[in-house]
Amino acid sequence: MTGESLSFIFINAALINNFVLSSFLGICPFLGVSGKLKTAGPMGAAVTFVMFISSIFAYAIHQILLIIEAPYLQLISYIVVIASAVQLVEMFIKKFSPVLYRALGIYLPLITTNCAILGMALFQTNRGYDFIQSLIFSLGAGAGFSLALIIMAGIREALDLSDIPGLVKGTALTLMVAGILSMAFMGFAGLGG
Amino acid sequence: MKMEETTSMDILLKGIWKENPVFVQVLGMCPVLAVTNSVINSIVMGIATTFVLVMSSFFVSLFRKLIPRQVRIASYIMIIATFVTVAEYIIQAVSLEVHKSLGAFISLIVVNCIILGRAEAFASKHPVKEAVMDALGMGAGFTFAVLSLGVVRELLGNGTLAGIPIFGPGFEPWSIMILPGGAFFVLGAWLLFFNWLRERAKKQQERVVV
Amino acid sequence: MHMHGAGHHHPSAGEGGDDVSSFRMILTMGTIGLLAGLLIVVTYRLTLPIIEQNKAEFLQRAIFDVLPNASQKQAFVVEKDGTLRPERGKEKRVFKIYAGYDDRGKLVGVAIEAKGQGFQDVIHIIYGYDPEREVIVGMKVLESKETPGLGSKIETDPEFIANFKALVVKLTPDLSDLVHPLEMVKKGQKTADWQIEAITGATISSRAITNILLKSSREILPIIQRNLDVLKQGASQ
Repeated sequence: MTGESLSFIFINAALINNFVLSSFLGICPFLGVSGKLKTAGPMGAAVTFVMFISSIFAYAIHQILLIIEAPYLQLISYIVVIASAVQLVEMFIKKFSPVLYRALGIYLPLITTNCAILGMALFQTNRGYDFIQSLIFSLGAGAGFSLALIIMAGIREALDLSDIPGLVKGTALTLMVAGILSMAFMGFAGLGG
Repeated sequence: MKMEETTSMDILLKGIWKENPVFVQVLGMCPVLAVTNSVINSIVMGIATTFVLVMSSFFVSLFRKLIPRQVRIASYIMIIATFVTVAEYIIQAVSLEVHKSLGAFISLIVVNCIILGRAEAFASKHPVKEAVMDALGMGAGFTFAVLSLGVVRELLGNGTLAGIPIFGPGFEPWSIMILPGGAFFVLGAWLLFFNWLRERAKKQQERVVV
Repeated sequence: MHMHGAGHHHPSAGEGGDDVSSFRMILTMGTIGLLAGLLIVVTYRLTLPIIEQNKAEFLQRAIFDVLPNASQKQAFVVEKDGTLRPERGKEKRVFKIYAGYDDRGKLVGVAIEAKGQGFQDVIHIIYGYDPEREVIVGMKVLESKETPGLGSKIETDPEFIANFKALVVKLTPDLSDLVHPLEMVKKGQKTADWQIEAITGATISSRAITNILLKSSREILPIIQRNLDVLKQGASQ
């Protein structure tokens, strides 16, 4: 129903309304895993992948719930599907690429409670995206999450080398930097027209 | 005073201050940042989260001996999602406006790590009464945290408290406070404040010891 | 705290070990699922009438807000082939417009819902259209997540809302487009009746409203003009 172009949906989720910096989704891993560039990349990729899978399932479930007229089961079925998707992805990667599994292993279970995934599924439903729009939206959201994570990791690696009073170190400083990044991302607002 | 009373009181109080889920444990950040642009939103979010926390802790604790270890997380998530759905419909029935302004963040209570965290770390190992006390304490601590952000952000960013103008008409709102960036700044400032309090307490303790 | 210590010894002793049968796991999950479903359905059934009533009241108020002279309303369904028909009962998942009538049953205007991308998220509005004079007579934001204090002024700023008291949306004779497409101008630069004055500091949100109105009026107004007779009969049916 919504006539939003695919490029706009992507740019909107990745930059203008960046999932982390403007919609506040996925803050926990953002604060937790943004310490090192080496781990930020794989985490971003894993989240994007799970988002893509969940987006497909969430779309299918929404259609089924519409047919059986049971909107009240939305939340509970979405969360079960996301948890299962994470499990599936984990098993799949473990079987077919043990190397990748070792690289991602510890982050995968964490993804279930990453509110960016559930948030993405709920947003795509609330906004009435069709199937293709949903897929693009999930990729944009994943790209936005990865981008924020990687930028933050870069900044934090540099901060580790600088002389900072002990009191400020840690989450408080990360939040302040995130605030500045968030303001910077507001500059993208015009992109969507 | 009976021993039992002091312990359950301690359980209640530790969530509000010493182990505050937001300021000390740094959990459940998404709603803390997202819905605290006004006092009303903060209060509703605090109450809704406390409701879900208490109800799910109650049931997790009640069934703790019946749920097999292998499927415990899935069971907890299902219990939590149920009460979030219930809370969502109640909020919608009470006020459409509030439901609209909180949007998807009511549903997102499901993935608030505080709730699953308390279910796994506390409720699944303690009797019902203690579990509920713990949930109440954590809920109050969470509400306290979202309110302290909501008050600062609405006051500075809009010049109002719960919609009532506080400053005179000459006040120029500090809009950044209500924008996403402001959420990060205010939360960062509160965390700094709590760090400072803790450092000070530690130093005082050291002084006493010496 | 002594409870905590005791709890740790048990799992290794067997009850939490790996020998739990699959049947028991499925049984547990099934029971929880069943109870969860029951609780959700009960809540849904209990709150549904209240929620529906809230929504209906909200919509009714919005319709009469954007159609100042209306005192009754009738919903019409916009069919895919561009025709209109009165709504039968309560229809879901169709596009509806609302015709407003005065006390004597005369058509005074049509309220139309529209959506579009704003600064933060989708903005959902309703506007009133007077088909006789071909002007927009009112606009109200139903739902928006625009920045509080800046973009949110599209809902509260009286000067901005005044833009939509008599906004010209005259159609060309062949009903293919607006004679003068709506456009946004800076504050104080309004020279024509089809221009919308932006809110200072909320240009993007103001432009979003302009675009939503322009897109929706291009689509819907020709349909309304073609089906004016159906709409005029509406209340008597």
